[in-house]
Amino acid sequence: MVNGERRHVQAFPMARLLDVLREEMNLTGTKEGCGEGECGACAVLLNGEIVNSCLIPAMEADGTDIRTIEGIAQGDRLNAVQEAFLQCGGAQCGICTPGMVIASVALLKRHPHPTDAEIREGLAGNLCRCTGYQKIFAAVVRACESTANQDAGTR
Amino acid sequence: MEEKYFGHSVIRKEGREKVTGRARYVDDLTVPDMLHGVTVRSSIPRGRIRAIRFGDGIPWSEFTVVTAADIPGKNEVALIEHDQQCLAAEVFNHPEEAILLLAHPDQYLLEEARRAVYIDVEPLPAIFSIEDSIAKRAVIYGEDNVFKSYHMEKGDVDAAWAQADIIVEGEYRTGAQEQLYIENQGMIATANAADGVTVWGSLQCPYYVHKALVPIFNLPADKIRVIQTETGGGFGGKEEYPSMIAAHAGLLALKSGKPVKIIYDRAEDMVATTKRHPSRTRHRTGVTWDGKLVAMDIDFVIDGGAYATLSSVVLSRGTIHAAGIYSCPNVRVHSRAMATNAPPHGAFRGFGAPQSIFAIERHMDQIARAVNLSPEEIRRRNFIGKGQTTSTGQLIKEDVNFNTLLDRAFRESDYHAKRERFARENPGAPIKRGIGFATFMHGAGFTGSGEVYLASVVELEATPEGIVRVLAASTEIGQGTNTVFSQIAADALGISYDRIEIAQPDTGAVPNSGPTVASRTSMVVGNLVESAACDLKNKLVESGLLCDQCTETEFVRACQLYIETRGPLRSRSVYEPPPGLLWDDKKYSGDAYGTYAWAVYVAEVAVDSVTFEARVTDFVALQEVGKVIHPVLAAGQIEGGVAQAIGMALYENVVWREGRMANGQMTNYIMPTAADVPPIRVFFEEQPYPFGPHGAKGIGELPMDGPAPAIVNAIENAIGISIREIPATPEVLMEAMTEKAAAIV
Repeated sequence: MVNGERRHVQAFPMARLLDVLREEMNLTGTKEGCGEGECGACAVLLNGEIVNSCLIPAMEADGTDIRTIEGIAQGDRLNAVQEAFLQCGGAQCGICTPGMVIASVALLKRHPHPTDAEIREGLAGNLCRCTGYQKIFAAVVRACESTANQDAGTR
Repeated sequence: MEEKYFGHSVIRKEGREKVTGRARYVDDLTVPDMLHGVTVRSSIPRGRIRAIRFGDGIPWSEFTVVTAADIPGKNEVALIEHDQQCLAAEVFNHPEEAILLLAHPDQYLLEEARRAVYIDVEPLPAIFSIEDSIAKRAVIYGEDNVFKSYHMEKGDVDAAWAQADIIVEGEYRTGAQEQLYIENQGMIATANAADGVTVWGSLQCPYYVHKALVPIFNLPADKIRVIQTETGGGFGGKEEYPSMIAAHAGLLALKSGKPVKIIYDRAEDMVATTKRHPSRTRHRTGVTWDGKLVAMDIDFVIDGGAYATLSSVVLSRGTIHAAGIYSCPNVRVHSRAMATNAPPHGAFRGFGAPQSIFAIERHMDQIARAVNLSPEEIRRRNFIGKGQTTSTGQLIKEDVNFNTLLDRAFRESDYHAKRERFARENPGAPIKRGIGFATFMHGAGFTGSGEVYLASVVELEATPEGIVRVLAASTEIGQGTNTVFSQIAADALGISYDRIEIAQPDTGAVPNSGPTVASRTSMVVGNLVESAACDLKNKLVESGLLCDQCTETEFVRACQLYIETRGPLRSRSVYEPPPGLLWDDKKYSGDAYGTYAWAVYVAEVAVDSVTFEARVTDFVALQEVGKVIHPVLAAGQIEGGVAQAIGMALYENVVWREGRMANGQMTNYIMPTAADVPPIRVFFEEQPYPFGPHGAKGIGELPMDGPAPAIVNAIENAIGISIREIPATPEVLMEAMTEKAAAIV
């Protein structure tokens, strides 16, 4: 499953999930920054856990539930994290942004109200060269506040 | 003019595409029938090509192979000098020089083929350090390995030594630094006889690439078209090298008759493309016992790598900033850019200034110690101010007051209390804490007459629907060009931000607004956007279709009527220098920049005396940058620059082995992560600059200048040892701290 849809592709067993997503499924929102699992630009959710898709062989992804940046917003409605990145200036050049958004979503799932240390630890696998991370930290805090407000609103 | 958008943090123009992953970078694009291209490079630092052999087991007939012999025009990547080859024909001068290109539809086979090309070479003598280059251990450029030298003199330094009570000397070094934009470099090219060569790619300066491609392909200017795709960071690294990749992709496209895409992987990008120039600065300063600087003699040298590229201009900016922000009547700066057999070093945010500012700001702390004053007091006694002159003899006309800037930065950082507390608590503690600062400036825009020569142009065009498009070659590379231009244009036209569109930078469609470098885009090009917008509105007002205070609907109606009755509605603005700027390029004196951004940065560090690791634990960045156009973007520039400079100061160590970067991987070239950066607290002072849009000045490079000396000054405060080279890695600190311990025993 990719972004909620069942997908069938043919790929070499050791092809990188990153390439399968980008080349076979045209999901180019997932980026390659280093190809060795250091930068996190290729992060996706695999069965709800964050992984670097450049390190996942296609066969390992077989039968799993994958969510890429393209599957984070609901249609035109942005996810709270995406909205917070926009509001706080969390995206500059934008190349790390898909991975950062994925990492933030994963972080907020693990820690709905993360401490400063948990935010830093949760994003330490994603490199950003533009922002110095400060606006990204702010975006995570804002996303968790707005999610809390939404929850409160629906009660 | 109402400031409805200026000064407000509107949503980034292309933000939605970026947070949803819909923004398309060059590697996200494919063209039907496209081939992939790779580069075969030299394997040793310097040599002569004897033969090229194609190994067995590869279906070579399926490949497009390009060598220097296939270049239709000149084999050079033109920039300032014409010394760099597009493909090495005979002699190569660094270990990553491009020799041969391959293209094939199958990327995997292509990689095997690259490894099967054997280049038989005769080694030539090579040099790898500033010292060996100066000593001419081998002569690899001209007669003396000097790409460029400057001699800048104010007053009479030789006569002034007599007034000094003490002479303080010091040598300071900075290492190479990789820009490390997260998007690797890449290009797609098409080429045919009818349309010429078109390239799409990740780049900062479309017209630089254009200028380089014209002689290589020997085509008229209108047969070369360069289009910028969404660009994932630049920092100077995509100022010059994209010309090389564009030429390579174009040559493969021309020979194969098919579109060709070249995307570097991280390793190739790190080892083959440009980095920050390593530097060595020697200071000799005459000081009186009461702390007045009477003479400064500065020898500033940068390692340019194998070809001249931008080294002369990097050297120029470093030279002008070398004496810092101090009012000294006698200053001499002698500077040189030297050739070595490493890949050419190039543009990187700050452009020579971070190197020479590191030296002067470290040296000021050494002078303070020598005359028994605090780092604060030595600076207060020498700060430049309104009515005084810089080292180029430029009269400061702005009301800059470093004493008040320093007061505020110390207040925000709690400097004095912390300095006292650390002195009390450090003895016996395993973690030594320190606080240090740097005071500095950064000249905004091109140096001297540079902006006059550029003669930048911006055009605006309105559609019948009342959409106004900004036509400029200035690129969005993350810093916010699209947003800032839209804010400025919307305010000048009195219409909403959403009515402004930014045209894709495309040399076939936009005028040359100059390169996206030198902190010039908001200040210089933004000003042109504003005047073109005022001009466009005036056309509507003068034609009687619009009154000055109009509603959005009236504006749309006026555009529609104008276009129906009079034809296209366009305006154009050409750069004019601020009045009264005088620069002497021969003597290197006068008004080096139209204006400067001024700053005080305070760093707090913790040095672990067991692991010898230094961490930045708090950071205050206070700057005067004219009026702030967009508070969130502006703070984002400062925070990002500070983080990048923390990397330069502590972590980012390029390991050289015979001219080649040996650690070209993110695994062992360490840039700051989310876990490494301190809270970066950004403060602005805003004094309007009369010649920037709404009073704005340049900002992008400033934050690269101050952090490294502030951090190393803080390290000295923590451990009592003067570190004179960066990056101050644990290895460097261990050596210094162990030596000190040994000396005490």
